[in-house]
Amino acid sequence: MLGFHVVKRSKDATPWWIAWLIRIGAILLGALVCALVTVVLTGKDPIYVFTTMVNGAFGTERKLWSLLQGIAMLLCVSLAVTPAFKMKFWNIGAEGQALMGGLAAAACMMFIGESLPNWLMLLVMVVTSMLAGAIWAVIPALFKARWNTNETLFTLMMNYIAIQIVSYFICVYATGGSGKIDVINASSHIGWMPSIGGKAYLLNVIIVLALTVFMYVYLKYSKHGYEIAVVGESENTAKYIGIDVRKVIIRTMIISGLLCGLAGFLLVSGADHTISRDTIAGRGFTAIMVSWLAKFNPIVMILTSFLLVFFEKGSGQVSQICGLNASFSDVITGIIIFFIIGSEFFINFKIMKNEKEGK
Amino acid sequence: MNMLIQFIQRAVIQGTPLLFGSTGEILTEKSGHLNLGIPGIMYAGAISGVIGAFFYEDKVGAANINPLLAILIPLATSMLGSLLMGLIYCFLTVTLRANQNVTGLALTTFGVGLGNFFGGSLIKISGSDMPAITLSTTSKCFKTTLPFAESLGAFGKLFFSYSFLVYVAIIIAIVSSVILNRTRIGLHLRAVGENPATADAAGINVNRYKYFTTCIGSMIAGLGGLYYVMDYASGIWSNGGFGDRGWLAVAIVIFAIWRPNMAVPASILFGGLFIVYNYVSLPGMGIEAQELFKMLPYLVTLVVLIITSMREKRESQPPQSLGLSYFREER
Repeated sequence: MLGFHVVKRSKDATPWWIAWLIRIGAILLGALVCALVTVVLTGKDPIYVFTTMVNGAFGTERKLWSLLQGIAMLLCVSLAVTPAFKMKFWNIGAEGQALMGGLAAAACMMFIGESLPNWLMLLVMVVTSMLAGAIWAVIPALFKARWNTNETLFTLMMNYIAIQIVSYFICVYATGGSGKIDVINASSHIGWMPSIGGKAYLLNVIIVLALTVFMYVYLKYSKHGYEIAVVGESENTAKYIGIDVRKVIIRTMIISGLLCGLAGFLLVSGADHTISRDTIAGRGFTAIMVSWLAKFNPIVMILTSFLLVFFEKGSGQVSQICGLNASFSDVITGIIIFFIIGSEFFINFKIMKNEKEGK
Repeated sequence: MNMLIQFIQRAVIQGTPLLFGSTGEILTEKSGHLNLGIPGIMYAGAISGVIGAFFYEDKVGAANINPLLAILIPLATSMLGSLLMGLIYCFLTVTLRANQNVTGLALTTFGVGLGNFFGGSLIKISGSDMPAITLSTTSKCFKTTLPFAESLGAFGKLFFSYSFLVYVAIIIAIVSSVILNRTRIGLHLRAVGENPATADAAGINVNRYKYFTTCIGSMIAGLGGLYYVMDYASGIWSNGGFGDRGWLAVAIVIFAIWRPNMAVPASILFGGLFIVYNYVSLPGMGIEAQELFKMLPYLVTLVVLIITSMREKRESQPPQSLGLSYFREER
């Protein structure tokens, strides 16, 4: 037999600083592998690759804001999926929920037109977007609560239905023969998030930061947060102590959907000012990893979403300069995530040497 | 009539990548692992095959290609690529007991990225003078069909007009079904997926079964990607061209209620649903309605998902320990 065996550490037995050392070590190791891959593929030296990455993320003021906006949007979707995950409800439909929110926002901009003052318009958009997201999220939750229908696949399918609905609207309202919808209200800016001090994305960032704090408090100190945690740990315990599991599932998914809808609104009103199939750009899936890597802690999620967006923007710059395909950043992100996922093992388990036979 | 035959033919062709993918996923799920990385693995399988074929064509020149090698080399590289993807997944979820959903999604990001990255940069990296990845010669070898199909009329068109990978897909599905239900290995495998602790107590090497089936499942799924580029897309790689078929393959697993033989008709049905928008024309229907018809495969999956969960039949439930990692000392 092998000379070692694996033992599970008791919960919270690993001091937090060791856990973080392990995680940081894993990220560094992952970065090393990424550097190796990059060097092999581009033939440039590692230092150059690294500086290019940093430049790509922080190089100019515009890039810095684009980084901040990227972090804010990814963080927003991650916050949205977190309560559901904490409850062990595998909602991988954030993409569709956010897209429906974005569609609602874009529809408001197109159909209510320019008759309302901007603040009222934004209010209407926020409400409809959040409602749209919530409706898209509550459908799988209702089936899960009533018939225990598998939510992972249900929410996954809802993504593609949402994407097709958006495609339908794009087909109907495409500008000219372009096959896409142009920037809406380009001249009047009705329904656009106002820029603060000339910074277009500042308001987005502030809203998401406030949301982060809210979610932290909600999960940690509210009764709802407690119920979510209990249902996530053990449904039977929850039933035993008198928690209405069905109600918690539905309520939590509504909250999840509301926030996804808000993310869609922020993307449409605060950044793109139009809607397309790619408005959410895969954030619904990346958010799951952000949330999970942060162990569902909203504050830590700022860090994890920064990490992922940094690698995305940085490797995007590398691929652009070296004339490589932009999907390079997905490869790099994938490698980093593999390493972080793998590192959890060393936090939760320890490897022990086998004692000698006959002892 | 002709249109119907053509529709069925197309449905089979569209359904084949789905069949490879869903057979692979069924095997994996039977061992208790929900592999959401299948879409990424199919991309990786496709691009690995393309890389193999690309270097072969580049080396010997398109004119003097050996048809047998032109099939075997992409086949081997494709399977190697998807095997590596399967190993990454196994190592993380079986050995390191990581969360399967997160690992799977990361694998999909990685695999799709890998496909599009090499698809977009292969020519630059290899320094070749080809203008684009068009492996039409290799594709021709893959597309070879039975010579007598044309002479058999409608019957021949329906059953014999496909390239060999279509039949391979069906054979793999049926063989998998037989192995799962009629052999001891299959029994052990099902035990591992239903209740690994019991299987372990019965002396079955749980991890070995998990590794083997997940890796074999990945290799099968990867062939779906290879079929798509080499046959359906005629050897022309276009980024993102494979689309969401990987997720459809995952959906078919439910539709086929975890039975590989049921995946054959299910895949053909989904292949048909995938292209039905080309064939429906109602009075007053504009081009935008096609977008709504493209929803059909997903809607049908939802309906099946809901019905199976409502009926609660024991035979049509997922493997009991699906998605849970197994740790012997945790009981």
